[in-house]
Amino acid sequence: MHVLVCGGTGCQASASAQIIKNFEDILAAKGLQDEVQVVRTGCFGFCEKGPIVKIMPDNTFYTQVKPEDVEKIVNEHIIKGRKVTDLLYMDPENKEHVADSKHMGFYRKQLRIALRNCGFINPENIDECISRGGYEALGKVLSEMTPQQVVDEITKSGLRGRGGAGFPTGVKWGLCAKNKCDEMYVICNADEGDPGAFMDRSIMEGDPHSIVEAMAICGYAIGATHGLVYIRAEYPLAIHRLQVAIAQAREYGLLGKDILGSGFDFDIELRYGAGAFVCGEETALIHSMEGKRGEPTLKPPFPAVSGYMAKPSNVNNVETFANVPIIITKGADWFASIGSEKSKGTKVFALAGQINNVGLIEVPMGTTLRDIIYEIGGGIKGGRKFKAVQTGGPSGGCLTEKHLDTPIDYESLAAAGSMMGSGGMVVMDDTSCMVAIAKFYLEFTCEESCGKCSPCRIGNKRMLEILTKITEGRGTMDDLQELRNLAAVIKDTALCGLGQTSPNPVLSTLDNFWDEYVEHVVDKKCRAGVCKKLMRYEIDKEKCIGCGACKKNCPAEAISKTDYIAPGHKLPSMTIDPSKCIKCGACISTCKFSAISVK
Amino acid sequence: MINVTIDNKQIQVPEGTTILKAARMAGIHIPTLCYFELAGMKFENKPGGCRVCVVEVVKDFNGRPRRNLAPACATDCVEGMEVLTHSARVINARRTVVELILSDHPTDCLTCAKSGNCELQSLAQYLGIRDIPFKGEQSHYRQDMSPSIVRDMDKCIMCRRCENMCNNVQTVGALSAINRGFSAVVAPAFEQDLVDSPCVMCGQCVQVCPVGALTEVDDTRNVMAAINNPKKTVIVNTAPATRVALGEEFGMPAGTIVTGQMAAALRRLGFDYVFDTDFTADLTIMEEGTELLGRIKKFMAGDKSVRLPILTSCCPGWVNFFEHNFPDMLDVPSTAKSPMQMFGAVAKNYWADKMGIKREDLVVVSIMPCLAKKYESKRKEFYKDGNPDIDYVLTTRELARLIKQFNLDLKDMPSEDYDDPLGESTGAAVIFGATGGVIEAATRTAYEVFTGKPLPKIDFTELRGMEGIRDAWVDFDGTPIHIGIAHGLSNARTLLQRVREGKEQFHAIEVMACPGGCVGGAGQPYHHGNSEIIKKRTEAIYREDLGKPIRKSHENPSIKKIYEEYFGEPCGHKSHELLHTHYFDKSEHVEISE
Amino acid sequence: MAKVKSLAELKAMREKLQSNLDLREKSNDPDSLVQIKVAMATCGIAAGAKQVMEHMMEKADELKIGVVFTQTGCMGYCHAEPTIEVKCPGKDPIVFGHVDNNRADEILTKYVMNNEMVDGVIPVNYETI
Repeated sequence: MHVLVCGGTGCQASASAQIIKNFEDILAAKGLQDEVQVVRTGCFGFCEKGPIVKIMPDNTFYTQVKPEDVEKIVNEHIIKGRKVTDLLYMDPENKEHVADSKHMGFYRKQLRIALRNCGFINPENIDECISRGGYEALGKVLSEMTPQQVVDEITKSGLRGRGGAGFPTGVKWGLCAKNKCDEMYVICNADEGDPGAFMDRSIMEGDPHSIVEAMAICGYAIGATHGLVYIRAEYPLAIHRLQVAIAQAREYGLLGKDILGSGFDFDIELRYGAGAFVCGEETALIHSMEGKRGEPTLKPPFPAVSGYMAKPSNVNNVETFANVPIIITKGADWFASIGSEKSKGTKVFALAGQINNVGLIEVPMGTTLRDIIYEIGGGIKGGRKFKAVQTGGPSGGCLTEKHLDTPIDYESLAAAGSMMGSGGMVVMDDTSCMVAIAKFYLEFTCEESCGKCSPCRIGNKRMLEILTKITEGRGTMDDLQELRNLAAVIKDTALCGLGQTSPNPVLSTLDNFWDEYVEHVVDKKCRAGVCKKLMRYEIDKEKCIGCGACKKNCPAEAISKTDYIAPGHKLPSMTIDPSKCIKCGACISTCKFSAISVK
Repeated sequence: MINVTIDNKQIQVPEGTTILKAARMAGIHIPTLCYFELAGMKFENKPGGCRVCVVEVVKDFNGRPRRNLAPACATDCVEGMEVLTHSARVINARRTVVELILSDHPTDCLTCAKSGNCELQSLAQYLGIRDIPFKGEQSHYRQDMSPSIVRDMDKCIMCRRCENMCNNVQTVGALSAINRGFSAVVAPAFEQDLVDSPCVMCGQCVQVCPVGALTEVDDTRNVMAAINNPKKTVIVNTAPATRVALGEEFGMPAGTIVTGQMAAALRRLGFDYVFDTDFTADLTIMEEGTELLGRIKKFMAGDKSVRLPILTSCCPGWVNFFEHNFPDMLDVPSTAKSPMQMFGAVAKNYWADKMGIKREDLVVVSIMPCLAKKYESKRKEFYKDGNPDIDYVLTTRELARLIKQFNLDLKDMPSEDYDDPLGESTGAAVIFGATGGVIEAATRTAYEVFTGKPLPKIDFTELRGMEGIRDAWVDFDGTPIHIGIAHGLSNARTLLQRVREGKEQFHAIEVMACPGGCVGGAGQPYHHGNSEIIKKRTEAIYREDLGKPIRKSHENPSIKKIYEEYFGEPCGHKSHELLHTHYFDKSEHVEISE
Repeated sequence: MAKVKSLAELKAMREKLQSNLDLREKSNDPDSLVQIKVAMATCGIAAGAKQVMEHMMEKADELKIGVVFTQTGCMGYCHAEPTIEVKCPGKDPIVFGHVDNNRADEILTKYVMNNEMVDGVIPVNYETI
């Protein structure tokens, strides 16, 4: 019997390490340590309900397990064979407990390729990886394929960069391979930076060997012997797992000299980033690795010509690499049979926001937003109304109800005014103010701009200032015009991808939620009640008995008496002067007659 | 060659030509801001940062229009490309970008040191900007002032020219971009003051700054106050390179020699005596040449304690640079002071005594092509009883400003002579202003002293030129002497590194910190990237040399006289006291008086 | 650990290591495998269900049949414990009662491998659990 406990960062933060320890202790105390194997795996993806414990062979999926639940699981489930019902996932719709993850909405529509081993193997055990076929793709390319065949196979599979831009991976490899040189580099971009996106981290934590293997395959294909992983220092667990994986691969001779007797040498080093978003841009990433200021330079020259240390380099994202070994083993045709016409395979998304099932999901390209939000995500939290979904992080845009049947692939998302990005997906309901959302993303971009080019350095700052004005009720219609012009110019003139896409959240909300902007500007109203400066406190003169408690408590002396005495009351009602009101809420909490409300 | 169409004009350009350069070939002006090139001096700054030069590529390599606008300075032409440099889309973007830059730039043009020379100002003018639609936060930084350079980073537009100059051309490494986003700015590491950084004060950053973010420390008010003070005797000396550049500030073509007009103007400003740094340049040759010959003779006699090569020490930026970067080689440079500091020492001792002027009543002003000279005059070892040998240093640009304030125009000035005795000089002294000149001047004298024979030819053309590192063998009547020359500090570093590692042997090396030597100094009129100007000034220097009746320092009658009257002999006791100095290890920290 | 020197060696290694993960692999895709649910409530355990299950697991391994064993609760046939439910791919599940080691072997060799009926089938009106 196997007990799989999620050891991803999220579940570790919720004491999964203690859960593992409790399992081991309790099982040992009962003499079951030989019969039951406790495995710490990578992320299962269902982070909303973590920590996750899965019992094999009967595939029982326990959610939100606490360390103190372990004893019960051992006593009831492992010894007596009775499922611990209250730890099972409860279907939010029919309120029934579901034991097998296969029958959970969250997993039913998923297809896990990049995440194939996450939550299944112990990532720190290369044997488990090998028994799942790990490194066989590497073995296959080294013994049966020429480098050109590898490039062709990846090209044929239709795999495209999962970092966001969607450049065909095989073509990229081919371009680099053309620049043969005695020193070339395979670089893994593990500088995951989109707010809320964590698929790369999960892959590295859950299946680090897939990255090691893919980088070696890429090295063989382009003719490089050095691999570098640029990983942010804020990912200590991913770093640890990668280090372990690299050490184990070296020990097995799957990295190093003369891999699998083929004469091919390849090794991997880790380089740490300090968490600058712009370093996810490949030229900035390379500069950072060289010890220079992490800022982008113009392409061309592309890294394929002049990359790390001015040598030809191929940069791919973690998720892209994770797809490579399985394409080699199962074949390009198999991969190309999944997905939509121009976007093949699957994509991992980090589902977040006002949605029931928050977590990491992997779906075939072409799955609709509706399926993701309602089937996998389990719909909007608290049964509220869906308003928008933001994809692509700070570079993407907000899509609405009318886009829900958009099949997710690079082209359709771009056509709808957003982008694939690295796979962040934030669902919003009617409690979200779209102006505030645009402002949030712009704050992020302003914070993360390197400051090299003027449109991004100053332009984004000015856009943010205009948005701040609007959310504070000081905006004008001219501001909206200026916002559009600025957004267009920044898109047109910024140096790198970060700058060129930074206006997207603004542009897409201007396009899809124009009314909301106008409301902020003209009616000075925020319908979601998010923009504090636009809130208005009002006293209902019919309900007010004129006791004056609110007046006494108002720190801004904004409340005064009127001449009006409501029928049935003896004293004149009170009123609030909006120009003096500081929206502290003190009046509401003192009023015993519910006469004060926020509009 | 590839075919491109720019603004409907078809042209052929070599492969690897940028759109900007192709447009220039076709006579089409594309405005730029951060882009900067010093042709022939291996300096090209094209970070692609300002985005002012963006153009519309209506047909790209794939036959389709490019999605976004392309920076002309950094985008190569490809076959069949079609470009519009001034479409409505481009003009709107360009204008918006400049408005954005202006929205984070102080509008104190009226009092800005760069007003009239500011590339941003010209650009705003060119684009007809009359209003800045974006109102918002402006960047504010602490003002920083070293003895030479004022940093007002509120005005920085992040063109990165200074950073590129400091790190790549000069390899000084004092400036780099720090912070990110709106707070990004160029500064010394940890935002420390320039004086605490490895800055050598060469001022090349100031020479290339397009705006008023980096400017020279202005000493004109102090100088005018001294002239206005009836108790003070105010004398002035003018460096060689100033006479071939000052005219530019008055609309004369580059390379116009204005020696006499400058002397006349200085008199009209109220200086009591107008002397020439060239006089002490000749004196420098006597001291440095003697030191060189002394070392060579000892070395040839088998004295292994002698350090060769001898390095020239006229350039204060260079002196700073080796104090910072080659502290293990402090005994290698010549101990001779620079001509300017020799002038100060001679004026405040020999000449003041002779004239019966008290040291504290004598104010010595230098007109220099250089910013490091401002710093040099403040070095502790050049002070006596709290009084500096050189009181104030004005750059060529500051002098031009003063002359204009006095309602004078250099063009109208008569040509006047310098005052005696500190005004007489030779052609050897003039060429101190160009790279290779100091060592050529030294060679002219050393040859005759060493061999006892007259020079077969005075012009050592093998020592001239614009190559960053040059070397030549000079035949001293049977004794071959190996001479090295470097200008620009990265070249100096490379050359000295070779010496340090024992890869190459020289008898003497001349280094000037600024590209082209003092003619390209940071205190000279702004060349705005036109390296032709530097070449014209250099030609003028050699023309001035040719026109001089005496062209060897040791033949200067006033020099002979000063040795007879005062110093006795070169490198004698008295000259060691007044004309020589020593160096400090600055690899850890910088010491500055005051 | 000696280095893996060829693809063949790697594959051999995989073969050897695979059994460790068999359990997980199989239960991940149970529909393609024989699934045997063993009723392991108090009554079942008391009747020796645990011992029978262990025996069957060994036997299945020995016969190289891919079987997923699952413990379940009481099936309600307390009179016939130990009871097991066997579901072969593409067929309806069948419940066997009074399973001891011998009958277990028989179920595996005859029913599972050769589709021959064996004794002990609990009447047809059972309900699957």
